[in-house]
Amino acid sequence: MSRLDETFAALRRRGERALLAYFTAGDPSLAETRRLVAAAARGGADVVELGVPFSDPLADGPVIQRAGARALAAGTTLPRVLETVATLRADVGVPLALFTYYNPLLAFGLKAFARTAADAGVDGVLVVDLPPEEADPLAAEARAAGLDLVHLVAPTSTPARVRLIARRSRGFIYVVSLTGVTGERHELPPGLGAQIRTLRLVTTKPVCVGFGIARPDQVRAVGRLADGVIVGSALVRLVEERAGSPTLAADVERFVAELKAPLRERPGGSGEDRPTRMRPGGSGEDRPTRMQPGGSGEDRPTRMRPGGSGEDRPTRMRPGGSGGGRPTQDE
Amino acid sequence: MALKLLPDARGHFGRFGGRFVPETLMAPLVELERAYARARRDRRFQARLAGLLRDYAGRPTPLYLASRLSEHCGGARIWLKREDLCHTGAHKINNVLGQALLAERMRKPRVIAETGAGQHGVATATAAALLGLECEVYMGAEDIERQALNVFRMRLLGARVIPVEAGSRTLKDAINEALRDWVTNVRTTYYLLGSALGPHPYPMMVRDFQAVIGRETRRQALGALGRLPDVLVACVGGGSNAIGLFHRFIGDRRVRLVGVEPGGEGIATGRHGASMTAGAVGVLHGCMSYLLQNDDGQIATAHSISAGLDYPGVGPEHAYYRDAGRFEFVAVTDDEALEGFQALTRLEGIMPALESAHAVAYAMRLAKTLPRSRAIVVGLSGRGDKDVHVVARALGTELG
Repeated sequence: MSRLDETFAALRRRGERALLAYFTAGDPSLAETRRLVAAAARGGADVVELGVPFSDPLADGPVIQRAGARALAAGTTLPRVLETVATLRADVGVPLALFTYYNPLLAFGLKAFARTAADAGVDGVLVVDLPPEEADPLAAEARAAGLDLVHLVAPTSTPARVRLIARRSRGFIYVVSLTGVTGERHELPPGLGAQIRTLRLVTTKPVCVGFGIARPDQVRAVGRLADGVIVGSALVRLVEERAGSPTLAADVERFVAELKAPLRERPGGSGEDRPTRMRPGGSGEDRPTRMQPGGSGEDRPTRMRPGGSGEDRPTRMRPGGSGGGRPTQDE
Repeated sequence: MALKLLPDARGHFGRFGGRFVPETLMAPLVELERAYARARRDRRFQARLAGLLRDYAGRPTPLYLASRLSEHCGGARIWLKREDLCHTGAHKINNVLGQALLAERMRKPRVIAETGAGQHGVATATAAALLGLECEVYMGAEDIERQALNVFRMRLLGARVIPVEAGSRTLKDAINEALRDWVTNVRTTYYLLGSALGPHPYPMMVRDFQAVIGRETRRQALGALGRLPDVLVACVGGGSNAIGLFHRFIGDRRVRLVGVEPGGEGIATGRHGASMTAGAVGVLHGCMSYLLQNDDGQIATAHSISAGLDYPGVGPEHAYYRDAGRFEFVAVTDDEALEGFQALTRLEGIMPALESAHAVAYAMRLAKTLPRSRAIVVGLSGRGDKDVHVVARALGTELG
């Protein structure tokens, strides 16, 4: 069992969902990244994703583009990111995954990368521009080195592709919640519930949702559907705003705690917190799920833990499939 | 060489090409591939495209013997395949008409495009006007400054030009931004890619739409020379005009096929765009090919006097035929290209685009080494009006 597998299994036993916290490695510096990862782990992040900066981040929105540019300007390279992970491992026990584009791995050499990353203590790797059809060379090296290659599934993925991705992905499955680039959105995409249900039909692997999730109320809403919630741009923006401040690490730790809090809540109260699995041919699979403030079918109001921001605005999610309006971007 | 088999079903030209894109784009690319496969077999689609190429774009373009230029060089005869005479002033229209008809057929009301020199943007805006499609063109902010005339042409045609401030503010960044737009609006939007690169099926599709250049050239050469030419020369940025000219000749083993890359200020200075000459294999914009990059796999910034060649990669089919030894690649500097520009202008009264001037310059260099009995065909991919102010600045004249 990989460290990612163990982490998700333990969370399941505890009735929690995972918080995956993303930082762009090297923004503002690799030394700072080391402190930020430790702070995120203290704040309750269950997995930390480290973005490897790339000159041409075509899947990223403005916030992570800027962070990548800062990291590159500060001299961040993939070898130095791996060295940083190796030094981190003394203090931080949570699983670490690299979020990267393919070309830096090719330049490093796939075999050398997989071995070096695994030796450094990296647990998983997500390659945003490497669909399963092209992934065989890296998958073989990753498997040999004991590194989980995580694949992403998108709202446009056809049922056949969803099955392929679910089968190939290791560690967890990364659900891209919307058609678009990374970045904060005011509202969650309407089709997310249906998208996750489709995935649950074909896999028992942990399902984590990212892109566009920025606030505790959004985390709570997505946490009712998924095994894990990934927050990236909101954290990276915090780092951007507070870089150089002596309270940066403490601010990040506090924000991570706020994001994690709703994922410790037990939705049903009975310990039975797994989202309902729908089976093929089962009832109502074509009925749009209504995700309402307060959650689906639970009667207990959810409570934020101390440290929560008190920002208890209900999350607005439209019923799956209706509208088709695009999420608005913050910038 | 098994020409008909390339690319394979997954869009690979040997180890090059493929589909290295975010998952969100995978299903749309498969949809595009299928739509294109159906259109390719559809006689009505082909007839409509052929009609537009003839009556709207002005095909076939002439194959012209540049006698005075040839005399000046004192060697092989230099022929020009006059894509500069196409509607909108460059070969780009060939591909754009094909893809715009495909967008219409796929019922996508909105097309987006990237552009470097502005030629592809102008061609796309033109086709969008013709077919009544909404059109937005991404263009690097630096290129917008270099190509103000084309920017205004696009606006006159009803397109919105969106400046891209990220990265090097040139063509590669415009492609990044166009891909981000496509990822976001994929259900309603057709991405009309302008060169023979990007994820499958673009390299194949763009090649097919541009291959008309080589088919005409072959027929015209057989008519005018009674035989095939000895050398074909074309400039290579992404490589669409070169693959269009070369493709029909790949099986003609005696015909040399030479791609001319932008040597910028010289390969040794590092300020150039010669991915074949000085690049390494990697993945950018959805395909595996030769790229300008550093040891860490970060993409380098290309440099060329010609905005249309200012790209740090090259189409995957070029990479394949380079490794197979079928295509040759050479580099021509900014200064040589300027000399080619002036020579063709003075000796033939034809002002080439600075992109095409690279091919002219190399053909002049090569002609001097070959006997008069040899025939070189230059792909004159575009006309030079758009570059007059760049040439003026390079020659030390400021235009008002």
